[in-house]
Amino acid sequence: MGLEDRVLTGVHFMQGNYAAVEGAIAAGCDFFAGYPITPANEVSEGMARRLPAVGGVFFQGEDELCSIYAISAASLAGAKAMTATASAGYDYMQEGIEYAVAVEAPIVVVDVMRCRGENFATQSDIMQVRWAAAGDHEMIVLAPSTVQETFDFTVRAFNLAEEYRTPVVVVSEMSLALMRERLEIPAASAIPVVNRKRTAKSPADYLPFHADSEYGVPDFAELGTGYRVIHSINPHDERGDIEWEPHAFDRLYKRITGKVRENRTKISTVQRFGLDDADIALVAFGSEVRPALDAMEMAREKGIRAGVMKLDAPWPFPEEAIRDLASNVGAVVTVEMNMGKYAGEVERAVCGKCRTARATKNLGTPHTPDEILSVIEEVRA
Amino acid sequence: MSAPELYTNGNPLLKYMRQDKLPHFFCPGCGCGQVVSAFLRAVEALGLDLGSMVGIGGVGCTARIPVYINMDCLHGVHGRTLAWATGIKLHKPDTKVVVFAGDGDALSIGGNHFIHAARRNLDVTFVVVNNFNFAMTGGQVAPMTPDGSVTMTTPYGSSEPPFDMCKLAVTAGATYVARTLTSNPAQMTTFLKNALNHKGFSVVEILSQCPTHFGRYALGSGSPKGLVEWIKSHTVPASAAEKMSPEETAGKYLVGEFVNVEKPVFRGSTVYTPSTCGCGGKEAK
Ligand SMILES: Cc1ncc(C[n+]2csc(CCOP(=O)(O)OP(=O)(O)O)c2C)c(N)n1
Ligand code: SF4
Ligand SMILES: [Mg+2]
Repeated sequence: MGLEDRVLTGVHFMQGNYAAVEGAIAAGCDFFAGYPITPANEVSEGMARRLPAVGGVFFQGEDELCSIYAISAASLAGAKAMTATASAGYDYMQEGIEYAVAVEAPIVVVDVMRCRGENFATQSDIMQVRWAAAGDHEMIVLAPSTVQETFDFTVRAFNLAEEYRTPVVVVSEMSLALMRERLEIPAASAIPVVNRKRTAKSPADYLPFHADSEYGVPDFAELGTGYRVIHSINPHDERGDIEWEPHAFDRLYKRITGKVRENRTKISTVQRFGLDDADIALVAFGSEVRPALDAMEMAREKGIRAGVMKLDAPWPFPEEAIRDLASNVGAVVTVEMNMGKYAGEVERAVCGKCRTARATKNLGTPHTPDEILSVIEEVRA
Repeated sequence: MSAPELYTNGNPLLKYMRQDKLPHFFCPGCGCGQVVSAFLRAVEALGLDLGSMVGIGGVGCTARIPVYINMDCLHGVHGRTLAWATGIKLHKPDTKVVVFAGDGDALSIGGNHFIHAARRNLDVTFVVVNNFNFAMTGGQVAPMTPDGSVTMTTPYGSSEPPFDMCKLAVTAGATYVARTLTSNPAQMTTFLKNALNHKGFSVVEILSQCPTHFGRYALGSGSPKGLVEWIKSHTVPASAAEKMSPEETAGKYLVGEFVNVEKPVFRGSTVYTPSTCGCGGKEAK
């Protein structure tokens, strides 16, 4: 297995951040730009070593703004492009994400959440990754809970970005990013790789922002190949012309939000543990799934029928899955490593159909199973 | 005569433009139109294929220039033009990329990208239309507004010293740097040609008139002619300046080519050749 191998098939004991690197490369990533920030540095460092060796480009931008715009433009030039940052760096990337949404540039952003300026575990930016960019938009955000999932979800992030031509965020956090675990990388032939659909039309017939259906995705034409497209953040019509008529706004925003929102049940998969007979359901994403599963076992040992709904993709919000869940259990408990953010969304979807509670804290460490168990016991009482 | 007819009078450069976008949105007497014209003359003289090129504009009046030219275009974000250009050039090095940036776009919000693109010798042509103010937002002070000028945000005169962006570009490592002005279209075209032909970071600063804002607020007149003459009277050819005293060149813009050298162009932050690393990939995990 050499530096020049795209897919490092085999069993590894690997850090979360390096798993993101290997996932990206296995998915076909050939351009990376990033700016140093802990605890995301291993993604850049891994990319710097691996990407040039497999024929890609590594670029350390002068800041996060440079990095996010460089990957968006590289994507328009045909690259599969990624950046990695941590919370404060994500602040700077917001406008670049807005641009990628507007011109439908597939990009992948790894955001390793950290506590305000300090390197502690947290999920406090779960709303930031959803809402940070200005303008009307939906976001696809995948939240791995293990090193294996960090690899798998990074591959999936590229595939979703290519399929829907939109930015996809892989949201990790400090404890998962720096943890080492068993990782099994499958054979290259077993890794699904999606490539954006390129137009078969001639430049004269091509409409760069036209999709065949109301919520469809336009076919792609690479920069510099004669299609002469305007990629403007300004509202634009199907030709790409800057257009300030309400009908143009209407079609554009309906389509670029709808292409994600209307496909949410396909994108936002969930995994169910012990939910068949559960009275109390824990809802968790990312590394909080781990103590949630332990708490479920502990509760069951005490005779409490607990279950876990693991959200692979917190965004687009898995509305139907949460609604269904609320009709089938006595209580829903949202588990998250922050002061209570995603819980508000969950409770909105539960809509009074069952009781709700929160296991929330932002103390720089994931929940212990005991902490979650005590919330379960309170809810039951 | 209707507007489209006005613009289809057989001008040989029209074939390079998105004619359905005309009439353009520049004010009467604005220098941006002259820059478009000089650029297209350079394209014609060099026989460039616009279909294989990318034009980049940020935000501002200047940033609209590439929108009117019939090539791929990235537009609409303030100050990030060179970040975009870097992404394109690193992924597709053979694509010719030209950026049109206002003085605010290039030197204020985009100043950091500018010095780093120069340092790296990014193979891009960077055309800066210096109209001495933030024009599109209504005429505020900018990094190259002359000392003492009245603008919308310096009502008592600017007390911020301006940049000499050509000196900055040379110091930071740009390999082609020139300054010209809209009232010298022949020179403008020549410098743009040289810049487009140059392999490496080529910077052309064009002193240009914004009669609507800079003219009215700083000079007290919205007359394009008066502003063009003011710019002219504040320039000195760099070759002539060599023989002049510091008193004679004080407050004057030197016009000419300041540097034109060859250096390796930017290919990425680290470039791999199999001999660079002997670890066999083990450490990459
Ligand atoms: C992030 C951001 N900040 C501010 C603005 C507002 N804005 C639009 S154009 C402009 C300045 C334009 O000045 P310059 O770059 O010199 O171009 P000119 O219009 O003079 O050609 C500004 C500040 C913006 N669009 N985006
Ligand atoms: S505001 Fe100034 S720079 Fe903008 S179009 Fe009018 S004259 Fe030109
Ligand atoms: Mg300006």
